[in-house]
Amino acid sequence: MFRVELTKAWRRWRTYLLAAAFGGIPVLIVIAVKLSPPTLSGTEDAPPFLLQIVRNGLFAPLTGLAVIQPFFLPLAAGLLAGDAVAGEAQGGTLRYLLVRPVARTRLVLAKYGAAMALLGLLLLWVVGCGAFWGGVVFGFKPLPTLSGTTLSVAQASLRILAAAGYILLGVSGIVAIGVCISTLTDSGPGAIVATVILGISSEIADQIPSLRVIHPYLPTHGWLAFTDLFRFPVDWGGMRGGVLVSAAYTAVFLTMALVAFSRRDVVA
Amino acid sequence: MTALVARGLTKRYGEVNVVDGLDLSVDRGELYGFLGPNGAGKTTTIRMALGLIFPSGGDVELLGRPVFRSGRDDALRRTGALIEEPAFYRFLSGRRNLEAFARAGGDGEEVRRRLDRIDEVLEQVGLSTAGDKRVKAYSQGMRQRLGIALALLGEPDMLVLDEPTNGLDPAGMREVRLLLRRLADGGTTVFVSSHLLAEVEAMCDRVGVLSRGRLVAEGPPGNLRGDAEHLRIEVGDPERAAAILRDLAGVAGVGGDGRILRVRLDGATAAQVNAALVAAGVAVSALVPERDTLEDVFMSLVEGSGVQG
Repeated sequence: MFRVELTKAWRRWRTYLLAAAFGGIPVLIVIAVKLSPPTLSGTEDAPPFLLQIVRNGLFAPLTGLAVIQPFFLPLAAGLLAGDAVAGEAQGGTLRYLLVRPVARTRLVLAKYGAAMALLGLLLLWVVGCGAFWGGVVFGFKPLPTLSGTTLSVAQASLRILAAAGYILLGVSGIVAIGVCISTLTDSGPGAIVATVILGISSEIADQIPSLRVIHPYLPTHGWLAFTDLFRFPVDWGGMRGGVLVSAAYTAVFLTMALVAFSRRDVVA
Repeated sequence: MTALVARGLTKRYGEVNVVDGLDLSVDRGELYGFLGPNGAGKTTTIRMALGLIFPSGGDVELLGRPVFRSGRDDALRRTGALIEEPAFYRFLSGRRNLEAFARAGGDGEEVRRRLDRIDEVLEQVGLSTAGDKRVKAYSQGMRQRLGIALALLGEPDMLVLDEPTNGLDPAGMREVRLLLRRLADGGTTVFVSSHLLAEVEAMCDRVGVLSRGRLVAEGPPGNLRGDAEHLRIEVGDPERAAAILRDLAGVAGVGGDGRILRVRLDGATAAQVNAALVAAGVAVSALVPERDTLEDVFMSLVEGSGVQG
């Protein structure tokens, strides 16, 4: 079932639209930096990553990930997860899958797995596009860390991949919420929009100081902790919290999805 | 051996019993017509039989397996279904759709067997040449055919088809009827719902009539209709004609109004009726044999059950 899901995605235009959007970001970053190299002086408000990309192709995949994460990632997660079951219900294919038969539990897990796999591929795609164009235009050099030390090209590449992996783990809770919503409705777009709104609301709530008490429990709270991979020594605290929160959301919402879906009348 | 059994099957939505204590039994190898007007509960029954919606009461067995206990997957695996209308991934071709469904569920051996059958089922429903077109570009009739192809994909022992001739032209309907007849003759149980009486009459071994969630009649289509035939007679002197006919052997009843009589025959032939009238000097200007249509039977059954609810 999981393989069927990936094959279907492979033949779908929207997969390529997502890939174009995700792959385009690091390319745009490279082009923008090439055309107008930011000067180190007088650009205090520019993101620190952007300031240094001019000197190193390795910053392109990293900046790509950082730019994708706050908006494009919840969007893609909402699209893939929200549409997972509701889209099949809306198209009527859900009933034909279930009478094949595909067990309801298996269907939900395969949908969750496929959404995560596609998001993982998209993040790798961002890293790949960024590394390729960054490397072609600027070449690779050792990467300065946020603590002032430097990482060799190989070490830095590994950490960038680790960052992509952490970002994927970070979004897993949102994907579980999306799949859960998706099992409760027969409207694909409805579930997509609901999931995207929840993801982005969480990010906004995370920025509001008066909501500080709930911040550690928001599914997106630990997202930026991947930058800790580029400190020396690596500070694992933030990432550990992020992974725990994501795992908790995943466990709760996937369980809810499985329970709700296994008892639901499929009338679509 | 029974292929489908429902015992007191009930589905309640709010205060309404959409399916209301339905008892039903379909034998293996039978072509069973499930007849009823829209809203009678046909689709709800079919969805419960396939485990898609949960009954509020009673139970249902498919190929000897209770649908709402473990073991139903084995029954579903041997069942092909068309539920309400066909549904496909619009961005895939007909063939790729069948591939996607063939790969979903079951072990490797089963998947391979289903994949091997794709050409055969496309051929069976007359879609061999259109298999590589995207479903988006299919006509309603083509989608319907592909839906039947999907139902046939797993070489099922049991077919559950909800209005399979929907959207087909008369030639297509005939093809589907012949195909289903052929499958049933080959040992497949076919359970087909319809609101078209003529269709069910033309192909089914047995018909069950559903109205407001209950089975109001069941039997071979010929039996439902009854053996009695009618004559419609136009005469110059209806009162005298009626008196003569009431005394005639083989006439079960005489009714009618004005110059037109409706005579129910029970053994007498039209020729005998005509001869009797002419011999008595009654002028017969028209004599038309009329069969009770299944529609008459159907309407009387459905109206008869309309009291409750």
